[in-house]
Amino acid sequence: MTPPSDKPLVSLRDVHFAYGERVVLSGIDLTVHRGQLVAIMGGSGCGKTTLLRLIGGQLTAGSGAVEVAGRDVGRMSERELYAMRRRMGMLFQFGALFTDMSVFENVAFPLREHSALPPELVRDLVLMKLEAVGLRGAQAMRPGELSGGMARRVALARAVALDPMLVLYDEPFAGLDPISLGIVGQLIRRLNDALGASSVMVTHDVHESLEIVDYIYFVSNGRIVARGTPDEIRASTDPFVHQFVNAEADGPVPFHYPATPIEALLAGEAQ
Amino acid sequence: MNGLLSALRTVGAMTIDGIWRLGFATRFLVAVLMHSGQSLRRVHLTIREIYFSGVLSLLIIVVSGLFVGLVLGLQGYDILQRYGSSEAVGVMVALSLLRELGPVVAGLLFASRAGSAVTAEIGLMKATEQLKAMDMMAVNPLARVVAPRFWGGVISMPLLAAMFSTMGIFGGWLIAVPVIGVDDGAFWSQMQAAVDFRTDVLNGVIKSVVFGTAVSLIAVFEGYDCQPTAEGVSRAITRTVVTSSLAILALDFVLTSFMFRGQ
Repeated sequence: MTPPSDKPLVSLRDVHFAYGERVVLSGIDLTVHRGQLVAIMGGSGCGKTTLLRLIGGQLTAGSGAVEVAGRDVGRMSERELYAMRRRMGMLFQFGALFTDMSVFENVAFPLREHSALPPELVRDLVLMKLEAVGLRGAQAMRPGELSGGMARRVALARAVALDPMLVLYDEPFAGLDPISLGIVGQLIRRLNDALGASSVMVTHDVHESLEIVDYIYFVSNGRIVARGTPDEIRASTDPFVHQFVNAEADGPVPFHYPATPIEALLAGEAQ
Repeated sequence: MNGLLSALRTVGAMTIDGIWRLGFATRFLVAVLMHSGQSLRRVHLTIREIYFSGVLSLLIIVVSGLFVGLVLGLQGYDILQRYGSSEAVGVMVALSLLRELGPVVAGLLFASRAGSAVTAEIGLMKATEQLKAMDMMAVNPLARVVAPRFWGGVISMPLLAAMFSTMGIFGGWLIAVPVIGVDDGAFWSQMQAAVDFRTDVLNGVIKSVVFGTAVSLIAVFEGYDCQPTAEGVSRAITRTVVTSSLAILALDFVLTSFMFRGQ
């Protein structure tokens, strides 16, 4: 694994975000060093995807600073934001492949949009990216013909087509079978190291993440409740981390949705 | 009393929502126009959309135009022969088609065939996060996806209306001349004498351009603005067809009242 350098590539300081009245994130501090693969974990609806969107500039923080490569994302103009995103790749939850294009055209899309490379060079680059994810043979297929795991790998090849400095992953393991899940996990790690990139991965797959990432942040109710290296997380005595890592039904995250006590209901007082 | 208040409240909310959407659609149109230069420079993107909106709508336009012309020929002959002017059937068919039926019926068909397809495509791209993915790749979806589809519709619609009118006139001729036996020379010469290029043909073309712009704007707006779910996309498609059809009929009245008053 690449040793992290000192200067952070992504840094969030005291970030707050709300959708109208509903507070989603509060007081978030998070750092991603160059070369690091960082996971943001937490239950569904805890605000981790919002965190990813803040880093990508799709949302703007209510307060606090979201910096990527030393620049505040919230203060960028559209032109500056697009210039930053050219150096950024993103893998969406279900791939988000363009359904009217073949696998080859999907991976070629960012290259064709942002460079004036001759077609032969585009072809070679696309085939190299597809080779890296093991799908050179599927270049002529349409997204509708791919399995979930294959689509995710094609989307991964597309996300790294421009050799980005930062790759964002939104639930890269969602809905994958164990074999595909292992393949995608290893690819994320290998591509991160081979490209010298940094990666931020939002996921709730604990075991696969602990195998591949350098650092983990746990988010619950919009706050970072725990952080550490995979070894520190495994050894953690924090009740939330313990419940999450061991997939326990009850704990700091309760099994029951708040309701009238069952005793009161049985006594006929709940009407 | 409460029922009345509630009804008033609903009407008020619907009116405010309608005005809000109209304002949003106008801002959306300005944004699309501002991003059009970029997409028009890459002309192959617009040509592709002309193929999908225009060429693939040809069959329904040609067949419908032919049938409308056949009916116009039959009805026109039936009415005109009562006044002893059955040779004027060509004039009646041509004027009906060029001034009204060509742009209006072609517009309605275009809204159902191409407008709904554009809304569905953009809506599904939104629902499957393709538009977001494009935006994250530093490619503006307004320039890459919306603007080419908008211009594809604007360019296709007048051509389809012209094709509709042409096929209609051919259908009218087919019924009047070979089937009923109206004089061929009288059919064409009266038409040539009575149809004015500026008043009839040009005004019809202006109508079809206006309808094409309205339908294309509604189609891309509804697709881009839809709820990103299966139900949201389906509702957006329905709204495209209903709003486009009403817009065509209302705009037709407004344009006709300006173009043909007292003539």
